Amino acid sequence: MADAAIATTTAATPAHGRYGSMSRDRRWALRWSYFFLVLFACFFLMPPLYMFITSLKSSAEISAATNPWWVYSPTLSNYIELLSQNQYLTFFRNSAIVSVFVVIITMVISVIAAFALARMKFWGSAALATGVFLTYLIPDTLLFIPLFKMFAWVNDTFGIQLMNHWWTLMILYPTLTVPFATWIMIGYFASIPKELDEAALIDGATWMQTLTKIFIPVALPGIIAATIFTFTVAWAQFLYPLAFTTSTSELVLPVGIVTTLIKGDVFNWGQIMTGALLGAAPPLIIYAFLMDYYIAGLTAGATKG
Amino acid sequence: MADIAARGAVTISADGRSSLHKLMQRKSTIAFLMTLPLILLILVLVAYPAGYAVYLAMLNKGMNKFVGLGNFTFLFGRDTFWMVVYQSCLFAITAVIFKAIIGFVVAHFVHNIPTKGQRKWRGMLLVPWVIPPAMSTLAWLWLFDPSYSAFNWILEHVGLDRIAWLGETGWARFSVILVNVWFGAPFFMIMYLASLKSVPEQLYEAAAIDGATWWQRIWYVSLPMMRNIISITVLFSLIVTFANFDIVRVLTKGDPLNTTHVFATWAFRVGIESGDIPLGATVSLFMVPILAVAAVFILRDITKRGSEV
Repeated sequence: MADAAIATTTAATPAHGRYGSMSRDRRWALRWSYFFLVLFACFFLMPPLYMFITSLKSSAEISAATNPWWVYSPTLSNYIELLSQNQYLTFFRNSAIVSVFVVIITMVISVIAAFALARMKFWGSAALATGVFLTYLIPDTLLFIPLFKMFAWVNDTFGIQLMNHWWTLMILYPTLTVPFATWIMIGYFASIPKELDEAALIDGATWMQTLTKIFIPVALPGIIAATIFTFTVAWAQFLYPLAFTTSTSELVLPVGIVTTLIKGDVFNWGQIMTGALLGAAPPLIIYAFLMDYYIAGLTAGATKG
Repeated sequence: MADIAARGAVTISADGRSSLHKLMQRKSTIAFLMTLPLILLILVLVAYPAGYAVYLAMLNKGMNKFVGLGNFTFLFGRDTFWMVVYQSCLFAITAVIFKAIIGFVVAHFVHNIPTKGQRKWRGMLLVPWVIPPAMSTLAWLWLFDPSYSAFNWILEHVGLDRIAWLGETGWARFSVILVNVWFGAPFFMIMYLASLKSVPEQLYEAAAIDGATWWQRIWYVSLPMMRNIISITVLFSLIVTFANFDIVRVLTKGDPLNTTHVFATWAFRVGIESGDIPLGATVSLFMVPILAVAAVFILRDITKRGSEV
């Protein structure tokens, strides 16, 4: 590349005729790249940063209308107050339980199904794979009203109250996570060389053994990526809990913060920002440690964004 | 695959044909059982509700009378509905265009810098996409706060007027689009960066030798090579942006005067909050045509991409 670039300068602009100009161009291109990257990073990181700044302020400092971008007397009182509140811890617990169980349910269903769809061609398997993809494109905003009505009907018919329980969300979230996880797992499984499982089959392995002994270990990066995504989606879901749960003891984090910390027109911004920041922490921490899996999953699955 | 398995069966058992037959039968049965939970989930919790929504849309508010297309004609006569249609399209199209442009530009900047530092920048720039949108929108809500807006503080200090970010129709529309762009652009950046990396370096070298400017290199090399991934990403994003709920709901709740409502938030307002489930279902059904068109094109692109590889 470097010598090709030099060749360009000498060939295209013989007037310059010197080595320096192209590398100078490149140096400037690099400087501009850094300049704009810093600019965009400021734009992208400003809201979380501002969350953090506000979370360190007392409500007196917030209402004093001093420089909003600076903390004059940092305090952890918002964190202490929030974490000693049972309500917030309940939201956190609900979110954690729901997300973990949704991840387990999703991964069990989708890994097994994806294996069957990727490797065991059967009648209708191609159509089903397309169906999975189409299901994945159906947004939650289209389904919440009919699901709402269906759940009311279940209550009327069987007497099972599905409304207003945090565990109901464990039934609802898989509608979003399973099609997606299955879709990216089909992709990962399809990329495994056929010789591997053929060898296993010849050696007398059953389909289940082929899956657990060969496919799951080989496709582990894909499984980790799908797990991270499922968790992120489950943790961030906002519409279903907003529509299906109302009592404060049944809320999950996003809805809990939005509905309980905002009381009428009184905004306790210090606490809201603290709550939002702590609520954003689990996905952010996972992302910080498993970024490469995250990005691999993102580009492999052509996820929604 | 099948014939290898069959060969395995032949070598293992004495009578090849019948055990082969049995094996095939067993394989499809097992496969069916393995996909059964998935099939049930899709049928009961996705396909049935989707069909049910169409039925619901044809009932009256009390859900005891069939009104045919009554809800649709009712909506067509309401100004709010047309405003929602306008705002949904404006919101989705503008946001997707800006997300794609910003993602494309930032991807090029990241691609330009030495490989060693790329991981760090990429990691930083993807942060908006990792934070749950409901949470990050709260931060934006606070940034746009009518009396304590941190943006207005800056504006005042450089001598400009305060802006009612969420109070005026134009600015409120701008704000919801801005937040959506902020949230979605990193996704485009990652997709385009991955696609940029797969463009062979020789093409750029050849272009450079031919004396192409940086603009020509983007226009004649990057863009054609990335065409497929660009169209898939844009279509995907169009679907989600069109169906967006979280951002508008948290930021404006459709205010001022319903001017920032998109289909999803208005369906929620009408269907859940005002209790008119059939009308809410009708509103949400208006997302289907756009979704269907985008889905068809995505499927076409993906199969094309699959056959190219």
